[in-house]
Amino acid sequence: MVKVADVVDKLNARVICGECDLNQEVQFGFASDLMSDVLTIDTENLLLITGLNNLQTIRTSEMSDISFILFVRDKKVSEEMKQLACENEMTLIECGHSMFRACSALNDIGLKPVY
Amino acid sequence: MEFKFGIEGGNFSKAGSASSEVKKILKQLNVNPKIIKRTVVSLYEAEVNVVAHAFEGNMNVEIDPEKIVVKIEDKGPGIPDINQAMQEGYSTATPQVREMGFGAGMGLPNIKRNSDQMNISSTVDVGTQVEIINYLS
Ligand SMILES: Nc1ncnc2c1ncn2[C@@H]1O[C@H](COP(=O)(O)OP(=O)(O)OP(=O)(O)O)[C@@H](O)[C@H]1O
Ligand SMILES: [Mg+2]
Repeated sequence: MVKVADVVDKLNARVICGECDLNQEVQFGFASDLMSDVLTIDTENLLLITGLNNLQTIRTSEMSDISFILFVRDKKVSEEMKQLACENEMTLIECGHSMFRACSALNDIGLKPVY
Repeated sequence: MEFKFGIEGGNFSKAGSASSEVKKILKQLNVNPKIIKRTVVSLYEAEVNVVAHAFEGNMNVEIDPEKIVVKIEDKGPGIPDINQAMQEGYSTATPQVREMGFGAGMGLPNIKRNSDQMNISSTVDVGTQVEIINYLS
């Protein structure tokens, strides 16, 4: 288990919304820009790592019960995305690293792959 | 209980709003979260298919104590070969759809996996109907 606050520290990331949930823990990470793939995952306690910054990233997470999303490659969360995420009590964080670097760093602190 | 929602073809900013409403209703009814997830993932896949591949459609939802029955019907190009469309990886999605994060050809098989019953029928140049049934216990 990895505290979301430790993810933020490790990646020097910005918390966009959901600060109050930073003490929660995630066990698994899944990295994809393809929402079609994300929708096939049925793991709980998941951090989604993605470079896709549109409303469907939030919608997909809503349907999949994913509460924590990390945006990589400096992709910015729009106001609309933030609003929908807040309605669904999600935590959104942004970082400037590439997907590979972010995943490697999160692997180092103990986040597990789904498969 | 019965509900009906409209779905706009091509409008990715609204895609998922119908499925989201159904999720709220199922939560209020205290349905098991695993069943909610299976159901709304199926509905969302079908809703995104209307947005990605058809012109317009609607989602009809019927909930009784045993089950939820949802029909997603659209006016659109239809599916010439349903067996082929059901194969993982088969997709005719446009580059615009892929940019939105879809078009891997995983949606229809994922509906099958996440529903207790799935019925699909389609007429070329007319439209497609997908029926999803999940039991609530
Ligand atoms: N409502 C529809 N109207 C017309 N064609 C459809 C419809 N739904 C699916 N199809 C056809 O079936 C194919 C497979 O659908 P499926 O949902 O499995 O994959 P996709 O939508 O292409 O990609 P993904 O769902 O992984 O994002 C589509 O590419 C399209 O050709
Ligand atoms: Mg699809």
